[in-house]
Amino acid sequence: MWNLLFGKLTWNSLPHVWYTIGGTLTLMLMGAVAAAVLTYTKRWKWLWNEWLTSTDPKRIGIMYIIVALLMLFRGALDAIMIWMQQALSVGSSTGYLSADHFQQIFTAHGDIMVFFATMGLLVGLMNLVVPLQIGARDLAFPFLNTLGFWLYVAGAILINMFFVFGGDFAATGWLAQAPLSELQFSPGVGVDYWIWSLQVSGLGSLLAGLNFLVTILKMRAPGMTLMRMPLFVWTTLCSSILVVTVFPILAITIAMLTLDRYLGMHFFTTTNGGNPMMYINLIWMWGHPEVYILVLPSFGIFSEVVSTFSHKKLAGYTSQVLAAIFVTILSLMVWLHHFFTMGAGADVNAIFGISTMIIAIPTGVQIFNWLSTMYRGRIVLSSSLYWFLGFVATFTFGGIAGVLLASPTADYQLHNSLFLVAHFHTMIVGGALFGLFAGITYWFPKFMGFKLNEKLGKTAFWFWLTGFFLAFIPLYILGYMGATRRLDHYTNPAWQPLFIISVLGFMVILAGVTTQILQIIISIKNRKQNMDLSGDPWDARNLEWATSSPPPFYNYAVIPEVHGRDAFWEMKKEMKENPQPANVEYKDFELPKNTPFGIYLAGFALLFGFAMVWHMFLIAGIGFVGMMVCLIIRAFDEETEYILTAQEIAKLEQERKDHIYA
Amino acid sequence: MHEEKNEKTFLGFWIYLMTDLLMFAGLFAAFIVLRNNTFGGVGGSQIFNMPFVLVETLFLLTSSFTCGVALLLAHEKKLKGVIAMLCTTFLLGAGFLGMELYEFSHLFSEGHTYQKSAFLSSYFALVGTHGLHITAGLLWMLILIIFILKKGLTQGGIRKITLMSLFWHFLDIVWIFIFTIVYLMGVAL
Amino acid sequence: MKHKAKTVIFLIDALSIATLFVILARNGNLQLLNPQGYVAQGQSTLLVMALVLAFCIGIPLILFTLFIVFRYQEGNNQAYTPEWSAGKKLTTAWWSIPACIIFVWAIIGWQSAHAYDPYNPIIAQSKPIEIEVVALRWKWLFIYPQENIATVNYLEIPANTPIDFQLTADNAPMNSFWIPSLGGQIYAMTGMVTQIHLMANKPGDYPGGAAEMSGEGFSGMNFTVKATSNKEYSQWVQSINQSANMLDTNGYNKLVEPSTNNQGKEFSQPNKNLFNSIVAKYMSNGNTIYMSQM
Repeated sequence: MWNLLFGKLTWNSLPHVWYTIGGTLTLMLMGAVAAAVLTYTKRWKWLWNEWLTSTDPKRIGIMYIIVALLMLFRGALDAIMIWMQQALSVGSSTGYLSADHFQQIFTAHGDIMVFFATMGLLVGLMNLVVPLQIGARDLAFPFLNTLGFWLYVAGAILINMFFVFGGDFAATGWLAQAPLSELQFSPGVGVDYWIWSLQVSGLGSLLAGLNFLVTILKMRAPGMTLMRMPLFVWTTLCSSILVVTVFPILAITIAMLTLDRYLGMHFFTTTNGGNPMMYINLIWMWGHPEVYILVLPSFGIFSEVVSTFSHKKLAGYTSQVLAAIFVTILSLMVWLHHFFTMGAGADVNAIFGISTMIIAIPTGVQIFNWLSTMYRGRIVLSSSLYWFLGFVATFTFGGIAGVLLASPTADYQLHNSLFLVAHFHTMIVGGALFGLFAGITYWFPKFMGFKLNEKLGKTAFWFWLTGFFLAFIPLYILGYMGATRRLDHYTNPAWQPLFIISVLGFMVILAGVTTQILQIIISIKNRKQNMDLSGDPWDARNLEWATSSPPPFYNYAVIPEVHGRDAFWEMKKEMKENPQPANVEYKDFELPKNTPFGIYLAGFALLFGFAMVWHMFLIAGIGFVGMMVCLIIRAFDEETEYILTAQEIAKLEQERKDHIYA
Repeated sequence: MHEEKNEKTFLGFWIYLMTDLLMFAGLFAAFIVLRNNTFGGVGGSQIFNMPFVLVETLFLLTSSFTCGVALLLAHEKKLKGVIAMLCTTFLLGAGFLGMELYEFSHLFSEGHTYQKSAFLSSYFALVGTHGLHITAGLLWMLILIIFILKKGLTQGGIRKITLMSLFWHFLDIVWIFIFTIVYLMGVAL
Repeated sequence: MKHKAKTVIFLIDALSIATLFVILARNGNLQLLNPQGYVAQGQSTLLVMALVLAFCIGIPLILFTLFIVFRYQEGNNQAYTPEWSAGKKLTTAWWSIPACIIFVWAIIGWQSAHAYDPYNPIIAQSKPIEIEVVALRWKWLFIYPQENIATVNYLEIPANTPIDFQLTADNAPMNSFWIPSLGGQIYAMTGMVTQIHLMANKPGDYPGGAAEMSGEGFSGMNFTVKATSNKEYSQWVQSINQSANMLDTNGYNKLVEPSTNNQGKEFSQPNKNLFNSIVAKYMSNGNTIYMSQM
C-alpha cells in the first residue's frame, strides 16, 4: 500500500541537508508573503480572472517573462556556486562542494538557463510582439497558448521540486547523456526529475512553436505578404519551424531513456545490445537546432532595433531573410560536430565540420547588413542599441571561436575544454541574452506605457559587457591551458588565478543585474516622467507601434491594412501628406474567452510528473486521468469565444482616447 | 469566421501530425540501429507470425476505409450512417488492438520480453507506441460518437470528425511503414 | 566629445585587461600552444591561425562598427539616406566576403581533418608501440601487450616512437582520453574499440586526463605521461616485469570496482587477451565493433 501511494518516496528522502531545507523554507516564506499580500489587497479573484486564466497573449507574455526572470535568478545562483567551487578547489583544497553536488549544480544551471530562462524570455517576447507586428488580435490557438505556458510553469516547478520534496537532481550534465544517465550509473531520482521536467516543459515549447507557426502563416493583416513581414516575425517563424521539427525528437529521445529507466529496456544501456552513441546522436539532433531556436529571434530583434534607431529602413531585407532561412536549414545538418571525438572517421567529421563552418556565412551577412543599415542613418544611441553593439563585440569573437571549433582537428584538442564552455556562453549570452535585453528595453514602453530609465540601462550594459569579458576570456585561456570543463577539483595551481578573475567578472555581471533591477524599480517610480501614451516613443517603423501603449486587450479596433515593408513608417508618411483621418467604422469581432483548463491540465501534468519521479503509480494514474478528463471537458465546450460588438468597441475606443488625452 | 477557423485548425493539426511523424521517425531510426542487437536472443524472423500480422493489417486498412466513409456521410449530414460507420471503425480498430495485445502477450509468455535485448526493446517500443496511438484514437472515436449523439452534426462536430479521420489515416500510414520495415524486412533479412 | 572620452576609457580598460591576461598566461602553461607531440603540433597550427584570424577580422570589424555608429549619430550632420538599402553589388560583396574566408578555412579543415585523424598511423623510424586503454570508474588501465605489463593512472612511453592507443571501457560511462601536450582526444566506450595515434617529440612529463564527465570520481581520473629515452623505457619495463604484483582475473575484478583518486600502479603479466575479453563481454556474439569500420 505504501508503495502504491508513495512509491520510492520515504521519510529519509525528504530534505535534510542545509541547502534543501534552506530552499524549502525560502520558498514557503515567499509563498506565504505572496498569499498574505493577495489576501490583504483582496486580489485573489483579480489574479485568477485577469491573469492566470487569461488567453490574451500580452498577459501570457508578461507572465512568461516574470517566470523566466525568476528562473534566470535561480540559474545565476547555480552559476555563482559553480564558479566559487572552481576558484577554491585546487590542490589540497577540495572546495566547499562534494563532487556529486557540484555536478548536480552545473546540470541544473544548464537546464534552467536553456529551457526555462532563455526559452521563457523568448516565448514571452514572441507572445507580446508577434500578434501586434502582424496586425492580429490573438494567436491561432489561444487555449494551446495558455496550456503551453502552464506546462512550462509545471516544468519549472518540477525541476525545483526536489528542494521541497527531497531526492536530488541529475548529476549528468545538462543533456543527461547516456549511458551515464542510465540506472546503472545514476540510480537515484535525479535523472527522473530531469526527464519529467523536460518532457512537460518540452511539450509546452512544442505547443508554442506550433501556435506561432500557424499564427504567422494564417493571421497576418491584409496586405502583409511574407516578404513584408518584420524581421522579428521572420525569425520567429524560422525558430518555430525548428521547434516543431526538433522538439519531437527531444521528446522521443527522453521517452526512450524513460523506458530504459522505468521498464528495463535497452535503448542506450551498455548491456544487452543497447547503443549509447544513438542517444548522443539523437539528443544533439535536437540540441544543435535548439541553439538557433534561441539565437535567431535575437537576430530579428537586432534588425528591428538597428533600423529603428538608425531611422532608416533595413538594408538588404531580402538577404537578411534568406540568411535566416539558410541558418534554419543548415542548423539541422550539423549535429555531429558535438562529438567529432567519438571517432567517426575523417570523412564524416570533415563533412559535418564544413557544414558547420558554412553557417558563419549567413551570420556574417546579417552583421554586414546591420552595418549597412546604420550607414548614413540618423543614429540615436539608445540603450537598446548599446546591447546591439555589445552583441557585435562578443558575437564576433564567439563566432570565430565557433568556426575554429568547427574544424575537427582543432576540436580534438578543444572539445570538452573550458574553451568550449566560453564559446557557447559567448553565443548564448552575447547572442541570445543581449538580444533579449535589447528587445525588452525596446518594447517595454509598448506594454507598460512608460520607458525604462535610459541612464541606468546604459550603466547596466557597461557592467554586463566588462563583466562578461572578465568572466569568459579567462575560460578561453584556460581551455588553451588544457583545462577540462566540469571539474570539481584540479591540481594545476596555474589555473587558479584565472578562475578567480572569472569569479570577479561574474561579480561585475551581478552589479549589472542589480542595476537592471534598480532600473525597473526607478522607472516604475518615475513613470510619470517617462510616460508615453502616444504609442510610438522611438519613432519606430512596424505595426506594433500603430496602436496605443499599452495596447487595448483586442490590440486593434480595426485591423490595419499594410501597403509595404515598415508598415507603420509608411502610415506615418501618409498621415503627414494627408492628415485627414479616414472615418473609422467598427465591426463586430470574436475574442477568446478566458479558460482555467490550461492551469488544471498543467496541474495534473505536474502531479503526474512528480508521481512518476517517485514511482507513485496510483497518483500518477490520477494525474493522467485528470489530464484526459480536462481535455474531454474542454473538447465538449463549443463556446470558447465571445463577440465584441461594434457599439462596445466604439465605447471602449472613446474611453481609451479620453484617457490618452486626459 | 468558421472557414478561417477551420483553416487554422487544419493547418495546426497537420503540423501536429508531422511532429508525431517525426517522433515515429525517431523510433524507426532506433529500431533500424538496434534491430541486429539481439544479444544472442531471438531475431525478427524467429518471432514474427506473418499471416497473423497480415490479418491485423487488413483490420486496420478496412477501418481506415470505413472512417473515410463516415466523413463523407458527415458532409451529407447523414447522422445515422455516420454513427454506424464510426462504430464499425471502432470495432475494427479494437480488433486490431486486441490482436496486437495477443501477439505481445504471446511473445511475453515465450520469454521474449522487452528487457531481453535492444532489438526487442525497440520492437516493443515502436509497435507499442503505435498501439498507444490506436488506443487514443479509439478513445477519441468513442467521445466523438457521444458528442455527435448529443449535439448533432454541427460545424464543430464535422470539424472534429475530419480531424479524427486525419489522425486515423495517419496511423494507417505509420502502420504500413511498421509492416514493411519491422515485419516484412524483419522476416526477409 | 563625451563619447570619444568614453571610447578612450574603454580602450584603455580593454588593453589593460588584455595585458593582465598575457602576463598570467605566460606564468601559467598554455599547453595547447606549446605542443610536445607530433599530433598536437599539427593541431596547434590551427589554433594559432584562428587566433590570428580572430584579431585580423574581429578587431577591425568592431572598430568599423563603432566608427559608423559615432559618425552617423543624430546631430553630427552627416549624410542621411533613409530609403537607401544595400544594392546588388554590396549584397554580393556581403555574401562573398565571409564565403571566401570560409572557403579557405574549409579547405584547411578538410585537409587537417584527414592529416591528423586519430586513426592515422604516425610514420616514424621506430616501430610503434601498442597500448590498450580501458576506462574504468574512475581510473585508466593501460595494458602494454607487447611488453606484457599493465599500469593504472600512469603512462610511460619512449619519446619519438609512435604510440598506437586502442581504447575501450568497462563498467563505466563514456570517457574521453586526453593528453593536451601530445594531442587530443578520443572517446572510450564499452563494447567499442576506438583508436588514437600519438607521439611525444621529446622526453618530459605531460599531464593527461579524462575530458568527458563520467560521474563522481571524474576529476580524479588524471595521470602523468612520462616520455623517456628508449633505454630508460626498456629498463622501466624490465623492472615491472620482475615485480610480483600481477594482474590476474581477481585483481582485475577488484580494479573494476568504482574508486576515486587512484595513484599510479604497475602490474606485471596481465591476463593475455584481457582487452579483447573486456570488449567482447558487451557483445554476446563476440563481434568486436571497431569504430573505424562503422
